[in-house]
Amino acid sequence: MKLTIERAALLKTLAHVQSAVERRNTIPILSNVLIDAGEGRLSLTATDMDLTVVDSVPAEIGEPGATTAPVHMLYDIVRKLPEGAQIELSSVGDGGQIKVEAGRSVFTLVTLPREDFPATGEVDLPHAFTLQPGELRNLIDRTRFAISTEETRYYLNGIYLHAVESGDIDVLRAVATDGHRLARFEMPLPDGAAGMPGVIVPRKTVNELRKLIDETDEAVGVSLSDTRIRFSFGATLLTSKLIDGTFPDYERVIPSGNDRIVRVRCQSFREAVDRVSTISSEKSRAVKLKIAAGAITLSASSAENDTATEEVEIDYDGPDMEIGFNSRYLLDITQQIEGEDARISLADSASPTVMSDVSDSSALYVLMPMRV
Amino acid sequence: MSALCRDCLARHEAPPQGASNRARGARCPACGGARLVAHPELDDLNIAHIDCDAFYASVEKRDRPELRDQPVIVGGGRRGVVAAACYVARLYGIRSAMPMFRALKACPDAVVIRPDMAKYQHAGHQIRDLMRELTPLVEPLSIDEAFLDLTGTEALHGGSPARSLARLVKRIEEELGLTASIGLSYNKFLAKIASDLDKPRGFAVIGRAEAAEFLADQPVRIVWGVGQALGAALARDGLRTVGDLRAREEIDLVARYGAIGRRLSRFARGIDERRVEPNAPTKSLSAETTFEQDIAASEALLARLWPLCEKVSARLKKAELAGISVTLKLKTAGFRQLTRSRRLATPTQMAEVLYRAAKPLLEREADGRHFRLIGVGASDLSEGELADPPDLFDPEREHQARVESAIDAVRAKLGDAAIAKGRGFETAARPVRGPRRKC
Repeated sequence: MKLTIERAALLKTLAHVQSAVERRNTIPILSNVLIDAGEGRLSLTATDMDLTVVDSVPAEIGEPGATTAPVHMLYDIVRKLPEGAQIELSSVGDGGQIKVEAGRSVFTLVTLPREDFPATGEVDLPHAFTLQPGELRNLIDRTRFAISTEETRYYLNGIYLHAVESGDIDVLRAVATDGHRLARFEMPLPDGAAGMPGVIVPRKTVNELRKLIDETDEAVGVSLSDTRIRFSFGATLLTSKLIDGTFPDYERVIPSGNDRIVRVRCQSFREAVDRVSTISSEKSRAVKLKIAAGAITLSASSAENDTATEEVEIDYDGPDMEIGFNSRYLLDITQQIEGEDARISLADSASPTVMSDVSDSSALYVLMPMRV
Repeated sequence: MSALCRDCLARHEAPPQGASNRARGARCPACGGARLVAHPELDDLNIAHIDCDAFYASVEKRDRPELRDQPVIVGGGRRGVVAAACYVARLYGIRSAMPMFRALKACPDAVVIRPDMAKYQHAGHQIRDLMRELTPLVEPLSIDEAFLDLTGTEALHGGSPARSLARLVKRIEEELGLTASIGLSYNKFLAKIASDLDKPRGFAVIGRAEAAEFLADQPVRIVWGVGQALGAALARDGLRTVGDLRAREEIDLVARYGAIGRRLSRFARGIDERRVEPNAPTKSLSAETTFEQDIAASEALLARLWPLCEKVSARLKKAELAGISVTLKLKTAGFRQLTRSRRLATPTQMAEVLYRAAKPLLEREADGRHFRLIGVGASDLSEGELADPPDLFDPEREHQARVESAIDAVRAKLGDAAIAKGRGFETAARPVRGPRRKC
């Protein structure tokens, strides 16, 4: 194997694949990237067995061939090489090593045989549709913050993506929850998504996916089965296993009868929550909302009895009430509300509360109150 | 030089002949008692470490006077370890933390008593209350030992800290029938060392003038934080005594041993600036048990795990704390200890939640190996009111919380054995002593 490629092109391609690989790895081959040179292109593959990222880039191929090398080391080397450098990758001797040459820099890295790299056999992904990058970005941003990290309820460790009928239209829905808050985003069902199974996309995949979105302005191809999902961004392919579990019946926990409706300027509310929460204890992050006609009074106190209060103007004509929330959860949600006004629908101080963007019904958030 | 009689509390300006640090052989001119303590800095030292003598065993002997002259060991069954050995038992070489079978080999006639923690706790609290009458700056280290800072209490108690301490120990003896030893110095490190010098019923003083000389010949293991591993590392480098440490520059010790090098250097010079912290926050709560016979079967291990979860839960609830990290501890038959942790999404104080977190950790380890000990702990603690927040998908949890508080209420009224979940039945129902059923 022998090829030449410009540094920037190799760096970008390596960047796409390298973060799929765990930093601490007990299986040596999984620390490596598969380097495959053939037909005018260099193709790189990295995997952690659950998530596989493949990317390819044009290169000057001197001699086709394939090998595997430690991906983080290779990435660091390429990163440190001077801008504009032409990099030559070549097998050494019988292929036990790979040589990386650029200008006067020469590195030789120990390789592992291509045959040891986990096969990425063709998988059958019967459902396929496309999403605009903006749609996919919203789908992720509106829900990702609510993904649970709790290992015992592993089926909450991802975004639940499924097709459903909402009102009279078919929609693609993304839902994430950690039991304390829930985020739901929906958009018109793309062509080809009808009949797709409900799938849970793991958090790591979601995070890798999110990094790739900002680099593209072309439609993203999505194809899936009930065990795997693939996203394609031009030459970059991200294929992931899905979480094998049943997402709970989330509709059941979204209250429909909350009739105390608060309307508030979202930005003022978010900034007030942020200010007041400076005081609340590191662990509880609690803020109290005293809601009355015309105004919410936010307050927080610390274990040392430092206090903070701030009043925010609202539209509200229901009875006075008090309710407590984790300020971080309020901030996560209000950060996703881009419209001017937010709607907060409450029942009482112990029941789930619903928040949404008054001008955009695509996303809805449910928040469990805290005892304050 | 000042001297103090620990029997009549009389203070003597000019010490009687022969009085030294511990004033052996000298007699109190006032009462004729032999328990004099004399030291040039006696009136200038404020930090004390008080440690009860063979605490569990002493409580048992107090309550069963017929055992007074017998060797008494408090500890688990044959497989457990010695929790406390009375001074008679110590004549046979028995020490706390020694495996029970070895203790019984050394002294087959020893009276073995199962620990009654509730009783010891009660006595420990009584002692702590007496300490707090002396100063609010009481930092408990365990149920039967504490640091006290008596700075500025002379006017209040009408006497030096040394005298207040001697009176405290006298009260502990007279009112509670237990004995304790006192170490008096100018910092925590030396006070703790001192309390061990003159046990039992001791009163030892380490002053500023003699600290360096006293420490020079002590083994490095006397320094708080130097355990087996660090001790061995130091020995490899030729550092065996505190004097050896003192001969090195602080910067060299830090370079070689990391952050602890600073402590080694300062302690070796008798410097310890840690304050007596009355509210040292609890960092973790745990419970463990050593089996009568090694256990390999996962169901049997789980049955032992559950009551421990209940115990930790009860202690969390009592302390109004909640833990977000759950740690499972196992010790193999070969004495290899392993710990496995899991972080919860939200803090808990429920036995059920602790159990559900520890169970998969245990199941992963229960691969046929034999274990001699199991323990469970909660750490990364926060206020109890943050425990077990309502969950959108686990309405069961609130139900379970109510079940647990109902069980707690029954136990508070009728005792721990009054009610048990089926899960812990196998162990809970087994009589503590008496014949063991074959399973």
